[in-house]
Amino acid sequence: MNPMEQFAVTPLFSEPLLHIAGHPIYFTKQALMMVLVAVLSSLFLTIAVKPGRLVPSRGQSVAELSYKFVADMIHSTTGSDGLKFFPFVFTLFMFVLCSNFFGLIPGSFTVTSQIAVTFALALLVMLTVVVVGFAKHGIGFLKLFVPHAPWYLLILLVPIELISFLTRPISLSVRLFANMLAGHTMLAVFGGFAVSLSAAGGIYMGIAIAPLLLIIGIILLELLVAFLQAYVFAVLTCIYLNEALHLHDHH
Amino acid sequence: MELAAAKMIGAGLACFALIGAGIGIGNIFASYLSGALRNPGAAASQTTNLLLGFALCEATGLFGLVIALLILFT
Repeated sequence: MNPMEQFAVTPLFSEPLLHIAGHPIYFTKQALMMVLVAVLSSLFLTIAVKPGRLVPSRGQSVAELSYKFVADMIHSTTGSDGLKFFPFVFTLFMFVLCSNFFGLIPGSFTVTSQIAVTFALALLVMLTVVVVGFAKHGIGFLKLFVPHAPWYLLILLVPIELISFLTRPISLSVRLFANMLAGHTMLAVFGGFAVSLSAAGGIYMGIAIAPLLLIIGIILLELLVAFLQAYVFAVLTCIYLNEALHLHDHH
Repeated sequence: MELAAAKMIGAGLACFALIGAGIGIGNIFASYLSGALRNPGAAASQTTNLLLGFALCEATGLFGLVIALLILFT
């Protein structure tokens, strides 16, 4: 059993949805999961806060908690003028968090284990940062690449700053993608151990319990990683937005 | 045959990047804990920085892992 098999993107219907410039566009398992994640998470959040009780029900407190969590995160990293980006950051956070968690359900598909998805999200973040930066500071946004330093150091520092800015979308997307990929591959590898041990029969059947127990531990770790990576993605988005809003002056 | 073997060895070597990530993550949590035990009052305010450092550090190791996967599956 190939542990990488689970990441294969397969079309759900044999007929392509449409053709763009001669390329057939299929509705894939991954597209279905993305739609499910987006619809279910937004449905949950809308329905949960609908009653607006003073003493919240369970669902309402989950929704309020996630709202407050993200609002606090934006406030502590970008200050109060970053709060106008709340819808953007909250949507990103909830989408990544829900797709990470949905991916942990056995038999489902992890949307964020595809570099195409995470890179698209990272590009969206960087595009927002560049647009916001130029809209707020005009051409002065380019001062982001010029730190306070003597001119002879700037020859060295400006290229470094430029490269570090340009590699951000790569590091942002690869971090999320590689974490999800590594975690699910590990689960599949240990699952394969359990299957082949129990297939061997006899004394090996008893030993097969060991990888099974290990899988439970790894699933717990994966739950933590799923949350942590969504959090880190959102925090880094906030930090990049903060740089676009305030350039180098720290507050 | 030799190419396949070289690919396997190369992928294994690329995973050495995870050594650095392991050391780095250990360092981050160790320093956080020793700092937090000295001054528990300031500990809660630094969890964002802790997780951020953890993520930035882990990413560098994962780049090596991605290289290994690229070698194996392309």
